[in-house]
Amino acid sequence: MAAAKKPKKANLDKDELLDFYREMLLIRRFEEKAGQLYGMGLIGGFCHLYIGQEAIVVGLEASAIEGDQRVTSYRDHGHMLACGMDPKGVMAELTGREGGYSRGKGGSMHMFSREKNFYGGHGIVGAQVPIGAGLAFANWYRGNDNVSFAYFGDGAANQGQVYETFNMASLWKLPCVFVIENNKYAMGTSLQRGSSTPELYTRGAAFGIPGEAVDGMDVLAVKAAGAKAVAHCRSGKGPYILEMNTYRYRGHSMSDPAKYRTREEVQKVKDERDPIDHVRELLVGGKHATEADLKAIDKEIKKVVIEAADFATQSPEPELSELYTDILAEAN
Amino acid sequence: MAINILMPALSPTMEEGNLAKWLVKEGDSVESGDILCEIETDKATMEFEAVDEGVIGKILVADGSEGVKVNTPIAVLLEEGESADATPSTAPATTEETTGKTTEEITEETLTEAEAPAATAPVASTPVEQDLPAGTTFKSQTVREAIRDAMSEEMRRSEDVFLMGEEVAQYEGAYKVSQGMLDEFGPKRVIDTPITEHGFTGIAVGAAFAGLNPIVEFMTFNFAMQALDQIVNSAAKTRYMSGGQMTCPIVFRGANGAASRVGAQHSHDYASMYAQIPGLKVVMPYSADDYKGLLKSAIRDPNPVIFLENEILYGRSFDVPEIEDYTVPIGKARIWREGDDVTIVSFGIGMQYALEAADKLAEEGISAEVIDLRTLRPMDTETVIKSVMKTNRCVTVEEGFPVVSIGGHISATIMQEAFDYLDAPVINCTGKDVPMPYAANLEKLALVTTDEVIAAVKSVTYR
Ligand SMILES: Cc1ncc(C[n+]2csc(CCOP(=O)(O)OP(=O)(O)O)c2C)c(N)n1
Ligand SMILES: [Mg+2]
Repeated sequence: MAAAKKPKKANLDKDELLDFYREMLLIRRFEEKAGQLYGMGLIGGFCHLYIGQEAIVVGLEASAIEGDQRVTSYRDHGHMLACGMDPKGVMAELTGREGGYSRGKGGSMHMFSREKNFYGGHGIVGAQVPIGAGLAFANWYRGNDNVSFAYFGDGAANQGQVYETFNMASLWKLPCVFVIENNKYAMGTSLQRGSSTPELYTRGAAFGIPGEAVDGMDVLAVKAAGAKAVAHCRSGKGPYILEMNTYRYRGHSMSDPAKYRTREEVQKVKDERDPIDHVRELLVGGKHATEADLKAIDKEIKKVVIEAADFATQSPEPELSELYTDILAEAN
Repeated sequence: MAINILMPALSPTMEEGNLAKWLVKEGDSVESGDILCEIETDKATMEFEAVDEGVIGKILVADGSEGVKVNTPIAVLLEEGESADATPSTAPATTEETTGKTTEEITEETLTEAEAPAATAPVASTPVEQDLPAGTTFKSQTVREAIRDAMSEEMRRSEDVFLMGEEVAQYEGAYKVSQGMLDEFGPKRVIDTPITEHGFTGIAVGAAFAGLNPIVEFMTFNFAMQALDQIVNSAAKTRYMSGGQMTCPIVFRGANGAASRVGAQHSHDYASMYAQIPGLKVVMPYSADDYKGLLKSAIRDPNPVIFLENEILYGRSFDVPEIEDYTVPIGKARIWREGDDVTIVSFGIGMQYALEAADKLAEEGISAEVIDLRTLRPMDTETVIKSVMKTNRCVTVEEGFPVVSIGGHISATIMQEAFDYLDAPVINCTGKDVPMPYAANLEKLALVTTDEVIAAVKSVTYR
């Protein structure tokens, strides 16, 4: 069992770094815009933002190949953008419009894309974990090279079905990367108050699944750990657990009393560990890019996000006849 | 270009809030993500962050302002170098009339139920047939407070009663139902669990077998699906399987049914599903007094009781009798309004539509008798049959799905026991036969409405 040692940094590649910067920034700006639209009443229900956790999906997607699948919880906007789904379609689902990925029927928590092998967007804590292993089962059954990524939170890591899944995934050597996004809180319950052992990467030990703790705020560390985990899975050795140490900057969902942690705690992470600032420093400090280059990227991203928001507010609501469609598939 | 920063909403139904504190001042440069100010309502606080970068040109709404309407400009943001006199455009770029706001409150996961508009119960619906002592006084209480009081009173009464669930202790409930309870009873009796519904439900069932009286809160009943096996296979069936030796005195409670815009996995009404299971009692009250009296009876009941609450009703106020140890018996319906032309049978939030419809029908000269079942298992069909024998017509109202519904069961019962009294087929008004859609317009269509109840009554009365 690998202990929580720091994985070796992947070699610095300027273009890759710029891509990471661009992708993480897209998620952050997209989420800020979503928060704003929510404040204006254009998004309803629950809306869980991914701000602070961007490096995880971006770093892991670097190891994904065509055909790999991913599945996650309700905190899903970042995962969708990172696997290449269209920001317009994601935002329009948040506003419940016809142009959304689920044509307005799913909302923020329930979105899917067969094309991008994104299997949701699940509202029930922990339910996506066996589903992720099931996607891996299909890969194993078909004998292809693909792996699946099953993302879940530190709170979800206590659900019983996670351990049933671990046992079978290991028993059958399913190519599944279990990604625990440990942002330290499950709603208002801190990790310490909900978990008898806080080292979540060891949770597969009883089932013989290797696990590793990773600095989830460092996109290069994430990428390196992801590459290792994926190689393990693709080579037929079975599942792998990555515990990503991260932090959510915003409330659990839109309104959150924010009394379970101090503003100083949040500010400290923002100041010292921000994943986007980190890459910005690598780029500028390493003379791979100038401030002006990054400003140009900021501008470009801003435009993408504004276009997504415009699309999401202009796309019409679904036709009323849609109420009764999509309940069952037609046999053919 | 200068832009207006607008007062945000903390929830889709928030209309106004207080601007508690500015964390920036005029002249400060801000970047997106910087916290601008704190917004609060009576139950929630939010840090409001900048989306655009620029300089705070003018603060339009001062610290401590109360009752600031959503979408009011609260500050002007200038671009670097722009003068403070620049006229703001209507910002942000995507401003548009807000769409699809539903009338009621949601917020499961906000750890605070927020600002539900305090709709008052329809006027003409002072309940009849309550056996209260003469001179009883009442106090106005929300459903939320009534539930808390019922639990606290029973916990004072017996050391064996305890509360467990997600966020019930330190956070006083995701919907603020258990306010003050951790302080009063301590962490041994008000217990925060991890997110492990199947596990903690099983633990509570075991504790009940051993003679304790657990109250298990599900944040919402959608999550009780994780625990359904322990509820049905262990809690409900063990007394029978043990030949009457074992008891399972436990209450499973929490929000059930649709809130607002939370989609298919968070909007399910489980009333008819639980009502099907022998070995369970199933209660689904409407008004705060019944919430209180029935929950106290449920906690004392020696059987597993499913107590189905409603998020939209949590913030609503009703008159609760100021009687020491006020209980309401499980298994008895309540007549809210007497009438001659039609019997409307409902329960839970369905009562809102039933009573509204009865008020409107009265204006048209149709007199409806409105019955709140309150308990779904065992069901007081006697009260329903008696009423139908008088009115000869019946409409049922519920939010759940139409197939194998409570209304369907009532229709069958009336057909079997009062067939000769019926002047029209019974009509069931229900939620639609679809998973709950997210889109505002579709969600509205999926729910049962007052207009549908009125139309059904007109149809059975041939008007
Ligand atoms: C089975 C179930 N129980 C409870 C909930 C309510 N709920 C939604 S999110 C959440 C906290 C989950 O925390 P974590 O797994 O750490 O994920 P994070 O929100 O931090 O991303 C809870 C309790 C739910 N959706 N499903
Ligand atoms: Mg978490």
